[in-house]
Amino acid sequence: MMGEEFVSLSLTPLLIGVFAAIACALPGNFLLLRRQALIGDAISHVVLPGIVVAFLVTGYVSAWPMMLGAAAASLLAVGLIELIKRLGRIEPGAAMGVTFTAMFAGGVLLLEQTDTSAVHLDVEHALYGNLESLIWLDATGWRSVLDPQALAGVPDELPRIFLTLLAVIAFMRLFWRPLKIATFDTGFAQSVGARPTAMGLALVVVAAVAAVAAFDAVGSIIVIAMFICPPAAARLMTNRLERQITWSVVFATVSAVLGYVLAGYGPLWLGADHAVSAAGMIATVSGIILAMAALCAPQRMRSGAPAN
Amino acid sequence: MLTEALTLQLGYNATLVALGAMFLGVAAGVTGTFLFLRKRALVSDAISHATLPGVGLAFMIMVAFGGDGRNLLGLLLGSALSASFGLLCIGWLTRRTRLAEDAAIGAVLSVFFGFGIVLLTIIQTMRVGQQAGLEGFLLGSTAGMLWNDAVIIAVGGALTLAVVIALRRPMTLVAFDPEYAAARGLNVARVDLAIMGLAMAVTVVGLKIVGLILIVAMLIIPPVAARFWSERTDHVALIAGGIGGASAYIGAGLSAVAPALPTGPIIVLVSFATFLISLLLAPGRGVLAAVLRHRRFQRRVHIRQGLLALAQGQPIYERYTLRLLQRAGLVEADGVATETGRARAAKALRDEARWALVRSDQALEGAAALYDGLRDLETVLTMDQITEIDRRIGAPQGVAL
Amino acid sequence: MNLKLASDLGTPPTEDLSGVPLAVRGMTVSYGQKPAVFSVDMTIQNGSMSAIIGPNGAGKSTLLKAALGVIKPLAGRVSVYGKPLKSQHHRIAYVPQRASVDWDFPTRVIDVVLMGLYRELGLLRRVRTSHMETAMACLDRVGMTDFAERQIGQLSGGQQQRVFLARALAQGADLYLLDEPFAGVDAATEKAIIAVLKSLKDDGKTVVAVHHDLATVSDYFDQVFLINTRKVAEGPVATTFTAENLNAAYGGRLATAQIDRLAVSAL
Repeated sequence: MMGEEFVSLSLTPLLIGVFAAIACALPGNFLLLRRQALIGDAISHVVLPGIVVAFLVTGYVSAWPMMLGAAAASLLAVGLIELIKRLGRIEPGAAMGVTFTAMFAGGVLLLEQTDTSAVHLDVEHALYGNLESLIWLDATGWRSVLDPQALAGVPDELPRIFLTLLAVIAFMRLFWRPLKIATFDTGFAQSVGARPTAMGLALVVVAAVAAVAAFDAVGSIIVIAMFICPPAAARLMTNRLERQITWSVVFATVSAVLGYVLAGYGPLWLGADHAVSAAGMIATVSGIILAMAALCAPQRMRSGAPAN
Repeated sequence: MLTEALTLQLGYNATLVALGAMFLGVAAGVTGTFLFLRKRALVSDAISHATLPGVGLAFMIMVAFGGDGRNLLGLLLGSALSASFGLLCIGWLTRRTRLAEDAAIGAVLSVFFGFGIVLLTIIQTMRVGQQAGLEGFLLGSTAGMLWNDAVIIAVGGALTLAVVIALRRPMTLVAFDPEYAAARGLNVARVDLAIMGLAMAVTVVGLKIVGLILIVAMLIIPPVAARFWSERTDHVALIAGGIGGASAYIGAGLSAVAPALPTGPIIVLVSFATFLISLLLAPGRGVLAAVLRHRRFQRRVHIRQGLLALAQGQPIYERYTLRLLQRAGLVEADGVATETGRARAAKALRDEARWALVRSDQALEGAAALYDGLRDLETVLTMDQITEIDRRIGAPQGVAL
Repeated sequence: MNLKLASDLGTPPTEDLSGVPLAVRGMTVSYGQKPAVFSVDMTIQNGSMSAIIGPNGAGKSTLLKAALGVIKPLAGRVSVYGKPLKSQHHRIAYVPQRASVDWDFPTRVIDVVLMGLYRELGLLRRVRTSHMETAMACLDRVGMTDFAERQIGQLSGGQQQRVFLARALAQGADLYLLDEPFAGVDAATEKAIIAVLKSLKDDGKTVVAVHHDLATVSDYFDQVFLINTRKVAEGPVATTFTAENLNAAYGGRLATAQIDRLAVSAL
């Protein structure tokens, strides 16, 4: 399993899965604490209309325009949700529900009306992605990792999601303090000039960028699951934000690796001869981790004032 | 063709599906209203995504017992069971851990859906699985529907609607004011359970028509649109039912004539259009009305403040205030009050003095509660009362009212 | 609803207010169509300890929050030491209502106090020993050093309020604005907080608190600002906290006997 075949068939999908999971889990921590966990759900739904419109405008399937389209759709959705919430005085959950279902419906309708049979663009692909197919054909073993010629054949998704992950980490590092202060105490953040409104918006934009880059590689199921499950499980492990972030990265990584391995090899161990959806399996594993955390993590209960 | 579709002349199946969809739309709109008013609209999103593993497992079990696995009733039963399990998980996560409900909803919907996809990929590799058409449950498809399926949908829609109508009173009470409902002896937890159960019934019956990703729109959009038109719970529910029923009927009818138009998205987009119209144009809560009202209100505040400043000989700092006063002919371009301006300013100051008295007098407490800095005293008190107040202030008489 | 507002918090009034810690001019704040605060002028004296008092829903907290730019006013101007609010964040310390935050947030007491050093630490500067010492000293002033490592969710209401005060102390500001600092705290905490506030005043700082307990006004404060949507009166407690003004602010909501007992004129 660790040989030549592993490098060319499994290394790149594994790395892409892990990077995507971490890129989503990191902003997910703050979304969770801000009670905006479902923003991730909304964003992952509106990515579909974004890429469909990008395809209709440019006329061909190519990653960058589609990512731009998806990012634009996410921003449009977030703006619409805010607008409906404020102007219509509608509670956030309902405002989200209205926006993402309508945009998703628009995406499906456009897709059905367009001839996309020649290109690889369909709803199922958008949902489960195609992690298994992101293989590295030029690799001939571990030596290829240092071989520039072979590296040129790495699937484009890998550098894209890696750069996105670096950008997400840079954002979190740079704005760590104002993010934390604005999440904990908006009024105080405003009074010390930590710009809580701008921070909230920036967080959503970063989450959207992470979602779009991850979506491009792995589909929207992982995106929603990774926004919520690893941070939620991590929250139950510790009462320190710094440690929560670390745990969420660990959980995201374990979900991605274990999910990928189980999807690829699990059925074989059970005697079946076909792999199952890796994206679905990664989401499932993250759910199992959350369930275990909810059952026995040290800080799973709300803390009350102690008797002293 | 369109008129034929909308007047039910496209054959039994299409007619049954359109009627079923309409019943379902009404039931969804009404049930969704209660979810929305209980601030739990997105629970429906978790319910619908959590149906997928049930569909997959039911198919596999039916095949294992020698069936062909496509029995709609069996599949819907499976979906209902797994959705209930999803609901239980949400309840358990929010009660037993420190996680908030939104996180629990997100976790359940993504994990159940992910597991459902795993099951679907397994089914695709089964010999009978290739033509199972379970993907139809993702986005809904009414094309090529069997007579039996159409009957199930029509009957299911009608039954759900019947239960909604039967339970509308307790649900209205609980949605409007749960504490009052509890005081009246209603079991709030049980009514909440009924609302959830109905949301699940709507989801399950609607799976085949709209698909699980979009069925939540039928539970969310019509109530939100209806909310703009009324402040009364029962009216909102009624309007939501109307919007839901009409959207579903039009959606099902349109896609019967034009198979390229998928039912689910059409239904969602029709109801979204009514939402947009409501958001922008509804009187009272609509955006346009609110903007106009706010503008008018802001102008009144600035003019009033400007007048008070003039009357007390204080400078007016804000350019916007000055501009408004100037436009109303109350000050000259150099900021000096005109004659009308002086009179209005004196009256404003006088009114403030009167209000101050009203608000410190226990006997006038009812009127005092209406104070907002802008309200004319004459709309609250009688002329006699005002004269009496002026007498108590004792200041110069005869300021023009 | 936050539609575009024509207010102009950026530029201070043209009068000379350089010696005035906080001046509010023509402030109107409205939730929907009913102003919570209408055309209010407020001038806080340097080195004073001022109470903002008024009945429930009179706009006390709203006025404070609008003065800080936490909520947007419909009209009005704010000057802090004669300059626009934007340039003066470093001179203000704000203690919000305890109930305004989620105490289940995953953080420790000491981390909350360190938030008070935000302006000094900026985005990337490391927390050094000196910063930790400052934070611990502030915790010491409110008697909470033993709780530094405690998770904030484990604190009682009074302890939470002390932590908030310690965070404000860490800011090293000149003007302290507190929103209902004594709401729902135990007697020991109330005593501890007022001792800290008095020591701030002795150091020449200015303290403004939204206050709801009329019985303690004359013990705790030297200046008072009475509001009931409009300003009712402002000035020294001795001349302003009178039966007449209380009556004007509270209207029928306070029994006359009560007013006579509380007001300074009857002391």
